[in-house]
Amino acid sequence: MTEAPAVTPTDIETPFRRFLRSYLASKVAVFGLVLLALVLFAAIAGPFLAPQNPYDLKVLDVMDSRLAPGGVSGDGKMTFLLGSDEQGRDMVSAILYGIRTSVLVGVVSTAIALVIGLSLGLWAAYLGGRFDGFVMRLVDIQLSFPPILIALILLALTGPGLGKIIVALVAVKWAYYARSARSIALVERRKEYIEAATCLGLSINRIIFKHLLPNCLTPLLAVTALQVASAITLEATLSFLGLGLPPTEPSLGLLISNGSQYLMSGKYWISVFPGVALLVVVVAINLVADQLRDVLNPRLQTQ
Amino acid sequence: MAATDSAQPTLVIEGLTTRFSTRGGTVTPVDGVSLSIQPGQILGLVGESGSGKSLTGYSIMGLIDAPGRIESGSIRLNGRELFGLPADDMRKIRGNRIAMIFQDPMMTLNPVLRIDTQMMEAVLAHQKVSRDAARAMCRDALERVGIASPDERLLSYPHQFSGGMRQRVAIAIALLNKPDLIICDEPTTALDVTIQGQILYEMQKLCAETGAALIWITHDLSVIAGLADTVSVMYAGKIVESGTAKQVLEQPRHPYSHALIASAPSRNPRGQPLRQIPGMTPSLIRLPSGCAFRERCDRVSDVCRQAPSVQTGDGRTLRCFHPVGAEYPEVRP
Amino acid sequence: MIAFIVRRVLQSVFVLLIMSLLVFVGIYAIGNPVDILINPEATQSERAATIVAFGLDKPMWVQYGLFLQSAVAGDLGRSFAYSTPALTLIAQRLPATLELAVVAMLVSILLGVPLGLWAGLRRDGFAGRTIMSLSILGFSLPTFWVGLMLIMLFSVNLGWLPSSGRGQTVEWLGIPLSFLTLDGLKHLVLPALNLSLFNIALVIRLTHSGTQEAMLQDYVKFARAKGLASRRIIGVHVLKNILIPIVTVIALQFGALIAFAIVTESIFAWPGIGKLIIDSIRVLDRPVVVAYLLLTVTLFIVINLIVDVLYSVLDPRVRLSDARG
Repeated sequence: MTEAPAVTPTDIETPFRRFLRSYLASKVAVFGLVLLALVLFAAIAGPFLAPQNPYDLKVLDVMDSRLAPGGVSGDGKMTFLLGSDEQGRDMVSAILYGIRTSVLVGVVSTAIALVIGLSLGLWAAYLGGRFDGFVMRLVDIQLSFPPILIALILLALTGPGLGKIIVALVAVKWAYYARSARSIALVERRKEYIEAATCLGLSINRIIFKHLLPNCLTPLLAVTALQVASAITLEATLSFLGLGLPPTEPSLGLLISNGSQYLMSGKYWISVFPGVALLVVVVAINLVADQLRDVLNPRLQTQ
Repeated sequence: MAATDSAQPTLVIEGLTTRFSTRGGTVTPVDGVSLSIQPGQILGLVGESGSGKSLTGYSIMGLIDAPGRIESGSIRLNGRELFGLPADDMRKIRGNRIAMIFQDPMMTLNPVLRIDTQMMEAVLAHQKVSRDAARAMCRDALERVGIASPDERLLSYPHQFSGGMRQRVAIAIALLNKPDLIICDEPTTALDVTIQGQILYEMQKLCAETGAALIWITHDLSVIAGLADTVSVMYAGKIVESGTAKQVLEQPRHPYSHALIASAPSRNPRGQPLRQIPGMTPSLIRLPSGCAFRERCDRVSDVCRQAPSVQTGDGRTLRCFHPVGAEYPEVRP
Repeated sequence: MIAFIVRRVLQSVFVLLIMSLLVFVGIYAIGNPVDILINPEATQSERAATIVAFGLDKPMWVQYGLFLQSAVAGDLGRSFAYSTPALTLIAQRLPATLELAVVAMLVSILLGVPLGLWAGLRRDGFAGRTIMSLSILGFSLPTFWVGLMLIMLFSVNLGWLPSSGRGQTVEWLGIPLSFLTLDGLKHLVLPALNLSLFNIALVIRLTHSGTQEAMLQDYVKFARAKGLASRRIIGVHVLKNILIPIVTVIALQFGALIAFAIVTESIFAWPGIGKLIIDSIRVLDRPVVVAYLLLTVTLFIVINLIVDVLYSVLDPRVRLSDARG
């Protein structure tokens, strides 16, 4: 609580190196980073890694269904390392495809929501007045309702589908980015470099996107990472409730949902393993995002 | 104002050293500090920011936390050794025998607690009295520091007071348990000049009345001039000069004290360029060897690469090989 | 202060109206409930009769007008599936959900605040770091999966607790409550734990960061200089400062708890409004869906209002900003 006296560092450290060092200081964060790398690898290389394409009906044999982990297929060609589900799908393959879908949905929906929310937030902050008031009213109303409810209603209206669930997630998340971006932008907007840009006669969009935006991004970084995890979880929940993705493109949530009926009869692997995979994905993102946030938070930097 | 020649000084510090382990290395913001105060006396501890003066105050209070620690030295309060005291014993002394007043009164008072809560707890932590008695004491304390309608004020919250009044409340709290020593860490820096004058006057009066000794930590020489009995000047963690206020302020011997006093704008003849001390306060990580001031001193010579020892004489102490003033010859190491 | 409240109430009514319109229009677009409710082999005239009976033949704005009219009178339509007034249906099941939500909220405060405080004070210690890592887990675990795992562990494998349904209830002030009976408690434990997990993690993190920041403040330094015991410094000075934002967040989360109850109720077959809404969406029981949405919207608006008022009461700086020293 008594602060250490100010000291000048002995060597000049670039901000990026300092950031890297602070980030890597926590073993937990490094672990999270490694995990995240694995998840992304699985997501991208999934189809090549999977022993079987679980959605190619020609490959499946229903005689192989519900085999316990380690079981072998009837024709002896495949070992189901993590068991098989009720249609004879290899769990490993199903999970790999599932990770792919879940991550895809999470990243894409967050990216779109970020673009929309960021733009609106920045415009609102810069233009002020009635536009600002209108946008903020909208944001306030939307943010006072829990995301799951809004998504639920939207999906009830539109029905399941990959594009539709992305739209639902975007609709739920944009408001959060808009508000964060706006509050950061409001502070930045008062700074002199914006005044200078205005005096130079630059167009509004140029000022906003070339000058204001880069300074607002850093604080948003950690928040965005957390939101990807939240989007993935939300999608999983919606799929579980039967309102998300269709069975032809299952995400981990749907896999879990399918498998839940077999829990009572002891065939846990159909539901538990996808659940663990989901957990790994979300925990990895959260660990990384958590450390990012601590590292990027100026108030907690005492040294 | 005159130092009473009593049997025992209130506070004697010898060789106090506090170190901090930081990312860049170990720093010693309090390096072998020694001073003493008599009851009822006011000591001005002067230095720029980074000189270690505030940390000296915290060290006396025992408020140094990791990554810092009080390494060595002796702190004797009325003869009782404080260095190495167990935490619980130290806690009983804090706020009781030694009190501290901080710089920013808005932040030192808890904004969500009432004034009476914050005052009464200071009393109840150290004295076994009833709540009503404690409240009465607080009321009297507020009156003493010149706050009108104290009963009403006790029921208010810090944000309802002005800066000057908040600082008076802090002073009142400091006085509640009739401490032997009060440490003031730049208490008027955050206030308007006019309020500053009032607070200074109050403190002097209260010291005289209660017989408490006072350490006034500041970077502002003008404050010290009217207030202190004795002055100690700190630079880079060491006390470079000390003596009576008259001695140090009118005839400074250390080049640093000399330059500090000479650079005060009020002393400058009109139209002349302001005098400055060249260079900057050194970083505590990269202190020059020997005398820490030598890179900025205009009287420097080779001998200054060794640390000057403390010379005493005439009721003052000094750490310098080339003191200012013709009648003082250069000192051999 | 009164002006502030009146203004907020008016705003809220306005929002409510807009939401009711949105909800109505949206639900209208779902599809044709007739096809679902009527036996496909029914004759044309039977179909026509049903359509008229449910008022589905009139243009949309007329339906909305009628809807508003009866809504004000307290009638939000009759459920297509159950043939009882939608409002009654919801009112029957509301206590179960509220009980679940309230218990979950209490659990999250009673567990979250002490754990977060501990983690915040012993930041670098083993306990502190473990608590924070576990809190990340609490965030990350999807509620539905935790529910499934809880069932698997405690019901299937250990057989300690029942896996579905609500236990015995006891009437209190006319409201059936189940936590007053042992059987009811046994049924309540798993769903409440499931629902509260996310909130526990949230409270832990809030308390942790709040404590950390509070300990750096000058008033803590001053309290130590006064010679106060650590227990008082933390228990009074720090706690009072951090509780205000925490309570605000938790109160706002109450709405989210009610919404998330949908998932928990589905998994544990808890007879609350969450399960009702899922079933109703599936069968396109329009009046029930509309009634549920409107009720929830009202609930959220009321919660927001209460929180705003509560905040100004709790924080003396806001409350007394007009009285100057």
